[in-house]
Amino acid sequence: MTDAKATLIPPGENSFRLGAYLGRGGYEAARTTILTKKPQDVLEEVKKANLRGRGGAGFPAGSKWAFVPQADDRPKYLCVNADEGEPGTFKDRAIMARDPHLLLEGIILACYAVGIRTAFIYIRGEYEAIARRLEEAIEEARQKGFLGPDIFGSAFALDVLVHRGAGSYICGEETALLESLEGKRGWPRLKPPFPASVGLFRGPTVINNVETIANLPLIFRYGADWFVGRGLPRDGGTRLFGVSGAVKKPGLYELPVGTPLRKIIYDWAGGPAEGQAIKAVVPGGLSAPFLTPDEIDVPMDYESLAHIKSMLGSAGIIVIGDRTPIIDILKIVARFYAHESCGQCTPCRIGTAWISKIADRMGAGGGVPGDIDSIRHLAEGMKGRTLCPMGDAAAFPVLSIVDKFGQELAEMISR
Amino acid sequence: MSFSLSAEGAKRVEALVRRYPKMQAALIPVLHLVQREKGFISPEAEEWVAATLGIPALQVREVLSFYTLLHREPVGRYVIQVCRNISCYIAGSEDILNHLEKKLGVRAGETTADGKYTLITVECLGNCDHAPCLMVNDDDYGPVSRDAVDGILMGLT
Repeated sequence: MTDAKATLIPPGENSFRLGAYLGRGGYEAARTTILTKKPQDVLEEVKKANLRGRGGAGFPAGSKWAFVPQADDRPKYLCVNADEGEPGTFKDRAIMARDPHLLLEGIILACYAVGIRTAFIYIRGEYEAIARRLEEAIEEARQKGFLGPDIFGSAFALDVLVHRGAGSYICGEETALLESLEGKRGWPRLKPPFPASVGLFRGPTVINNVETIANLPLIFRYGADWFVGRGLPRDGGTRLFGVSGAVKKPGLYELPVGTPLRKIIYDWAGGPAEGQAIKAVVPGGLSAPFLTPDEIDVPMDYESLAHIKSMLGSAGIIVIGDRTPIIDILKIVARFYAHESCGQCTPCRIGTAWISKIADRMGAGGGVPGDIDSIRHLAEGMKGRTLCPMGDAAAFPVLSIVDKFGQELAEMISR
Repeated sequence: MSFSLSAEGAKRVEALVRRYPKMQAALIPVLHLVQREKGFISPEAEEWVAATLGIPALQVREVLSFYTLLHREPVGRYVIQVCRNISCYIAGSEDILNHLEKKLGVRAGETTADGKYTLITVECLGNCDHAPCLMVNDDDYGPVSRDAVDGILMGLT
């Protein structure tokens, strides 16, 4: 992992500049690919690499692209999802701040494969400084002829536009993102139709996470076999594991898909904070069900985590130490989803609000014996009953807390 | 209608509108621009934006009231956003918030009487390895201590 060319986040203060990126072999993969390969071959290579989406759902990128109808006159779009809002997740920020040209080269490759002429990077409103850096990188690339008309002297043309959101977690959900980009409030759409057939401005649309796209230049620089060899056969490459919370060395660690969670926490993040033991771990952003300390030997890949009824999600790991009362965590989880519910579906709008009210009352010492059952009942009522995955995302962590830490909550109520 | 943007701002609005196949898509970028110039988005500004983009004023209001970074009331010259999600909470964000409330003499959600600071709490800012973190306007800070917060405030003129 020491080869600076083969990482998503290169070292060095000036790693974001075009000169530095060219020095790492930047834009060569896109140039060679566009000048020598057919779009269909690019798609096949990505399928072969088993690149799974890095945003949370883990859908294979190649399959997603293949859903876009090719015999279609409507303009097609790529939307890069840079609305990083999942608590505990800070990887896309790092890619964009330190390696914006890697993302742009990935965008060129994706758009060439699917036949797209316009790409939007939808970036969360709080990342204003990073949005400016992206704009500068786009301008640099355009001046070199890497973007715009006749890219690398080929007939392929591509425009990339940065679009800033304005503060809303739900806009990271792909159809809410489309609504937001169209100038509306971020209310998720009913699916089907899926964005691949009816997406942005009703055109066929691919939506991929920043980290997913940023892996493409590496796949084309070193080949699909190399990429698969770095991770697992069915889930290729590395992941940017963000570790935060009660650890000695919070940070971002790029490691092979399938690295055990315990190893990430102890060998890379320095283990639990001084004087604390681990109480709970969120393995993949706040929407992922909480794990207990005896569950952290799990390999960090989609299937292994699904097997223990949690999820890899955004690979944002949050370590909670034994000094933190679990009711505090429950209150924050509940408040977060109540705050971010878009209000469209009743189970999520009402469910999140009530769970938050009950958790707050419990936290203030006013808990009553039926509270835990009420929370479980409300969370179960959201699961699978909303338009978008947010109902599940709000229910899962709450249910895992009441199931795995119910005793601590019950003792608190009875005091 | 008494609202207008600077010549430079108006030019940038025109450029923004041209970027999209549908004018309404420029709504959030235009609102950001108006807010950057005026500090907040007044009812007059809402009407102006609606007329400029050829959409009902109600649709502008709908968007304005949905997104947390768009302000319908005047805010301070410096908007301080304190993150209080899990990683920041574990790292002591409550203490940082209490310190700021005491120091500025306002509660979260309020603006100081001199119009200099607005203090708000937010959910995850995506800077969890620098917890506890906060933002002052577009700038990130973290990890912050009480002393670091004092230092940041001293640097704001």
